[in-house]
Amino acid sequence: MYGNDFAGPDAGSDGGLLGQVEAAEAALRAAALRGRVEGDPAALQDYFDAVIAADQKIEPRDWMPDAYRRGLVRQIAQHAHSEIIGMQPEGSWITRAPSLKRKAILLAKVQDEAGHGLYLYAAAETLGVSRAELVDMLLDGRQKYSSIFNYPTLTWADIGAIGWLVDGAAIVNQVPLCRCSYGPYARAMIRICKEESFHQRQGYEILHTLSRGTQAQHEMAQDAVDRWWYPSLAMFGPPDTDSTHSAQSMAWKIKRFSNDDLRQRFVDMCVQQAGVLGLRIPDPGLRWNEERQAHDFTAPDYDELMRVIKGDGPCNEERMAHRRRAHSEGAWVREAAAAYAAKQQEVVPA
Amino acid sequence: MTTVDYVLRLGDDALITAQRLGAWYAAGPEMEEDVALANIALDQLGAARLLLTYAGELEGAGRDEDALAYRRSAGEFRNCRLVEQPEPDFAFVIAKLLLLSSFQQPLYEALAAAGDERLAAIGGKALKESAYHLDHGTLWTLRLGDGTDESHRRVQEAFDTLWPYTGGLFVGDAVGPVEFASLRDTWQSTVEDVLRRATLEVPSPSPEPTGDRPQLVALLAEMQELHRAHPGARW
Ligand SMILES: [Fe+2]
Ligand SMILES: [Fe+2]
Repeated sequence: MYGNDFAGPDAGSDGGLLGQVEAAEAALRAAALRGRVEGDPAALQDYFDAVIAADQKIEPRDWMPDAYRRGLVRQIAQHAHSEIIGMQPEGSWITRAPSLKRKAILLAKVQDEAGHGLYLYAAAETLGVSRAELVDMLLDGRQKYSSIFNYPTLTWADIGAIGWLVDGAAIVNQVPLCRCSYGPYARAMIRICKEESFHQRQGYEILHTLSRGTQAQHEMAQDAVDRWWYPSLAMFGPPDTDSTHSAQSMAWKIKRFSNDDLRQRFVDMCVQQAGVLGLRIPDPGLRWNEERQAHDFTAPDYDELMRVIKGDGPCNEERMAHRRRAHSEGAWVREAAAAYAAKQQEVVPA
Repeated sequence: MTTVDYVLRLGDDALITAQRLGAWYAAGPEMEEDVALANIALDQLGAARLLLTYAGELEGAGRDEDALAYRRSAGEFRNCRLVEQPEPDFAFVIAKLLLLSSFQQPLYEALAAAGDERLAAIGGKALKESAYHLDHGTLWTLRLGDGTDESHRRVQEAFDTLWPYTGGLFVGDAVGPVEFASLRDTWQSTVEDVLRRATLEVPSPSPEPTGDRPQLVALLAEMQELHRAHPGARW
């Protein structure tokens, strides 16, 4: 069960979710034993449909419909870009972290996010695109990243709120992706989810400490939760009624649950945890609904979500400028590495 | 016999290095390099925490790693000036990494075998890490030195600019199990060998700049600001 497993930082706040990650890993191992099928287009399509229907995995060697391939490239690339851009809002607090222990944890977390980006670009490359092409599409705006990273990190408590809410929402979104029908994506998600649970826990611990600290620390924590709550809810995407890619994605078993179902899980999970944290969720409409056995809550402002996705968030320009600067200022280094490697090739006799 | 100042010197070198590298998040020339620089920063920070904790215990005044990191002013820091130098481009990151790890690697190796048990344990752990730092610094010095004209020019400039500060690695009258001055010959031959293989010039010796340390003051102001704004708070 989702939700009920989320008691507090000491109770292993991700026990149930990690169990699902492991089950997905076992399914992948079984799928890897399957052979490759060849034949005429109709037979290939039949085989693809049968694999999906049987909840097996499509692997890079398998035939797949063009739309399946394109949709996956779009989704995996956007996910990879999000990991890379996502290093920025938190990274800016590494030099300012208030204790050496927190500095070390934050450094490790931001490093993990770079690693996640690398796994995901590698998964996308199995679909016949190169990382360089995808990065170009990010830099020139043809591909997007998660809108959540366009909000600023104003205080140290934002590091706690991001870990708890943003990484928390990412886990709820991503655990079902460990069972995604495309093998390399599922495998990347398994590695990533194992690390994300540490990210969520460290954020929760930061808020827990702040909430029980001085008055000023408690207020800092509440203010951060107030600002990150609705943007985190928006991470699950538009409501099911307006979601464009959902139905096909569900049919192909890339996506397993609708945006609204996942958002509901996230809310139910957070309500409990907020109680333990001693922090208030900033929604006057939040209440338990006995009939639905779930919380009623106020939906995020989807118009704002669309504006931020289109580029009008508080930090869109800053995030892209940082990424473009790192890329262009690193060009001479990449050229040097390529030139050096070429010289080494010449030296080695054929 | 190990003095507080001796351990502080080692801990502060590592801490200031981690602080400088920590500013390179999401700014490396390649994503793999973001991961590598964070790795090195984490190693340095890990060593700094062990060393500062030990320094606090030797001092016996109840100061822990955070009291020493966050509540001393620039004048009380014992690091060598090399580590606080700014890194205007990736060539400076690499030049500093090579110059420092060529010192830390034999230092930790010697400490691991010397008489102070705590420093021997810390040295034993940091030794493997600093061997990786030295490998990484060497690899990139070769790539940049023997890469393109531009990379050659940039990395040569970084070594030329930083060279006067390298003398500071070996000075200090703090007493500890391994004398810093005893590492100079090993350091010199390691660095000169890499520079030569990288087709770079070994800069000519020049006296270490003295006087104010505005870069250290600015670095500490950023690092300590939040901690100092909440006296007595836990994080
Ligand atoms: Fe991540
Ligand atoms: Fe994360």
